Amino acid sequence: MEVSRRELLPNVYLTAVETDKFKSGVLSATLLTQLERSSASPNALIPSVLRRGTATLPDMSALQERLDSLYGAGMEPSVRRKGEIQLLSFRSSFCDERFLPGHEELCAPLASLLGEMWLRPETRGGLLRPDYVESERDKLVERIDGRVNDKISYALSRLLEEMCCFEDFGVSPLGTRDSAENIYYVNLTRRYRDLLATSPVELFYCGAMDADKVASHLTEAFLPLPRGEIDPELGTDIRMNTVEAEPRFFEEAMDVAQGQLALGFRLGKCMEEPDYAVLRVLNALYGGSVTSKLFMNVREKLSLCYYASSMLDAHKGVMAAIAGIRFDDRQKAQDEMLRQLDELRQGRFTDEELHSAKAHIASSLRSVGDTPGGLEDFYLDQTLLGLDYGSDELAALVEDVSAGEVAKAAGDIALDAAYFLRGEEKA
Amino acid sequence: MNKVEYPRIGESVYTEELENGLRLFVVPRPGFSKSYALFATRYGGADQRFCLDGEWKDSPAGVAHFLEHKMFDTPDGGNALALLSANGANPNAFTGSGMTAYYYSCTDGFFDNLRTLLNFVSVPYFTEESVAKEQGIIGQEISMGDDDADTALYYGLLGSLYERHPVRQEIAGTAESIAQITAQTLYDCHRAFYRPSNMVLCCVGDVDPQRVRDMAREILPPERGDAPRSDYGPAESLLPHRAGFERAMAVSAPQFLIGAKAAWPEKGEARLRVQLTARLALSYLVGESSPFFHRLYAGGLLRRDFSCELSAVADTATVIMGGESREPESVLNALRNEVSAVAEQGVDEQRLERCRRALYGGYLRSLANFSSVAVNLAECYFDGCDYYRLFEELGTITAAECAAFLRETLAEERLALSVVRPL
Repeated sequence: MEVSRRELLPNVYLTAVETDKFKSGVLSATLLTQLERSSASPNALIPSVLRRGTATLPDMSALQERLDSLYGAGMEPSVRRKGEIQLLSFRSSFCDERFLPGHEELCAPLASLLGEMWLRPETRGGLLRPDYVESERDKLVERIDGRVNDKISYALSRLLEEMCCFEDFGVSPLGTRDSAENIYYVNLTRRYRDLLATSPVELFYCGAMDADKVASHLTEAFLPLPRGEIDPELGTDIRMNTVEAEPRFFEEAMDVAQGQLALGFRLGKCMEEPDYAVLRVLNALYGGSVTSKLFMNVREKLSLCYYASSMLDAHKGVMAAIAGIRFDDRQKAQDEMLRQLDELRQGRFTDEELHSAKAHIASSLRSVGDTPGGLEDFYLDQTLLGLDYGSDELAALVEDVSAGEVAKAAGDIALDAAYFLRGEEKA
Repeated sequence: MNKVEYPRIGESVYTEELENGLRLFVVPRPGFSKSYALFATRYGGADQRFCLDGEWKDSPAGVAHFLEHKMFDTPDGGNALALLSANGANPNAFTGSGMTAYYYSCTDGFFDNLRTLLNFVSVPYFTEESVAKEQGIIGQEISMGDDDADTALYYGLLGSLYERHPVRQEIAGTAESIAQITAQTLYDCHRAFYRPSNMVLCCVGDVDPQRVRDMAREILPPERGDAPRSDYGPAESLLPHRAGFERAMAVSAPQFLIGAKAAWPEKGEARLRVQLTARLALSYLVGESSPFFHRLYAGGLLRRDFSCELSAVADTATVIMGGESREPESVLNALRNEVSAVAEQGVDEQRLERCRRALYGGYLRSLANFSSVAVNLAECYFDGCDYYRLFEELGTITAAECAAFLRETLAEERLALSVVRPL
């Protein structure tokens, strides 16, 4: 497996993984932009509007027919967030020609289509089509409203909104209902042009084709990309301290049978020179695996919940823990979740627990190279964190993490906010 | 072991049936770090009444799923989930209506983990205390499902389509039904359904097939017991038991499922053909490139989350499609019109060929997913067919078969609608 990185055009980078071990490949193009309250919704809307049609394939039927004839290749729009960066992508997964009945080569036509998706939308009088914009805007509003349908992810995003209300990190990657509702095709077209001119572009390829050949297809496809001044401030602002001296508590009532308790932590001082291997192990040990403190104690020992887990945003230096519990167990569950973090601070975990956590992380890192999609996400993370090593090297670093390093990092962690989704009081 | 080659897709599969009746599959993945093993029994939430050694037995709803949770306890007081995790594996399990599966993926120590997997799944160990404790955890899991619109929709649909078949009941059971479970219930059901002749072991990765076979032979019981027979009740007509289901929940917009029972042949290769015909026909009728989807999407009635499948479990096959829509009834009407048009005019061959290509590509790409390869092999084995044959078979499905499938299965009187509306 050969990994290379090069700049194809000003601020347009290609990360290419050349390998013939897969039966399918991936091509993607991601625009990076600052996640901000005012622009999050319009940005999130742009890939969906572009996906409605291009200059040569002007509606979804034409586009989908083309993709079907390329053996069902994907061209999926997506909006992600990493720290305070909003990532807007089109990703295409496609079959390797060696396993197709006519051995048709799909990479070149898809590279060209990928460029067309971003650069040559179907327009009316030079503007994004009003009917496409309105229809996708309504769907975006529905998606924003729909966040409530998955109670676990809703509780987590409400926690982060409240906890980081003064930071861009508190903004949902889809933005707010209000800002989404105010989008019109004229202002969206302007935003689209700004975005193209000012965003760094990350291209990714994984497949059997020679990387130079892919680079030349992609260069041709993205040649018309207008390049203006790239936002020099682009990045994630890391807050070391909690917002107030004491943790803040937020609560919301809804017609639900199970409560969701979410705790949000600042990683603190260890983010000055973050050791990502230590942070990953720490999270796995706390709540990121089935041998974690949270899983073994809050679930297995005390039967307080069906699930309890934690997750980490290494870009931002924020960790969150969440458990689904009975309403009455709120205090008990919170005390136990905090007590388990304290156990880590005091270094009260066994060698087996540490070993499992490390093995869990190392194994998932070593599997990154087994799927094209996993590789894409991993290398985007590395690029944003400014790291240049591969997943196997990171796995080796993880295996070297010591108990002392974990306890020391845990010592810096502070609870900043808690959020509880509870049932409604029955009258 | 017997090696079967599928040269056109660059795949090969090692397979063998052991003396005790266990079926083995090993799919080589040279050059991959990760490997994966899945050990599954043909036993799920629907298998509540069964015949073992000539005697009919009834068990409460939710035993298969309860058993799945408790199997991880080992006789030495340990927990196999922790043991596998400590060894760097990523283990888990799931229970469906007709199958329970235990699996792990790992990058090191594949055979140590396989030994653990085969051991803990074949050696039951339950105590009244551990059963009582699990009732608390599963109680929370069931109540988590109570807040889940997808669960409500799914069982709302199956409860509308099926009058008696146990697929209409929740796999995890209810708080009341799991309260009846004792350690003895678990031992009885384990003895009945976890015999090797009722199970399959699928491994995917850069692993030695002979060693897999040797280890399975060494660890699993040598006797070949008869596979148990389940009673799903008398055969039902293909018409729905009632027209639909509706419930209000804390959701943002109406969520819906439309479904219909499909004719499902006896166990054997015919089942693969029906699966493929259904997928091809459905992608033609309502898939992403269909005029139906395009029209309803542009009109704001469907979103990108709309999906459609043939769900085949516990000797039933059900077409299920749905997503979010502000007017589920309008979607249902549009579907009826679309089906009538096919019934009158047949299918457009050129468009069908494009759908076939896209489907072929989708199946080929899914080979990258170890877990989906293993699950598909296991499901097809339990259905009596060879999963990998689909790449040949897909090319032979005719336009007439697709038209007939749509005309019959999705006929107006066979459709049911399940809706969850906002409060």
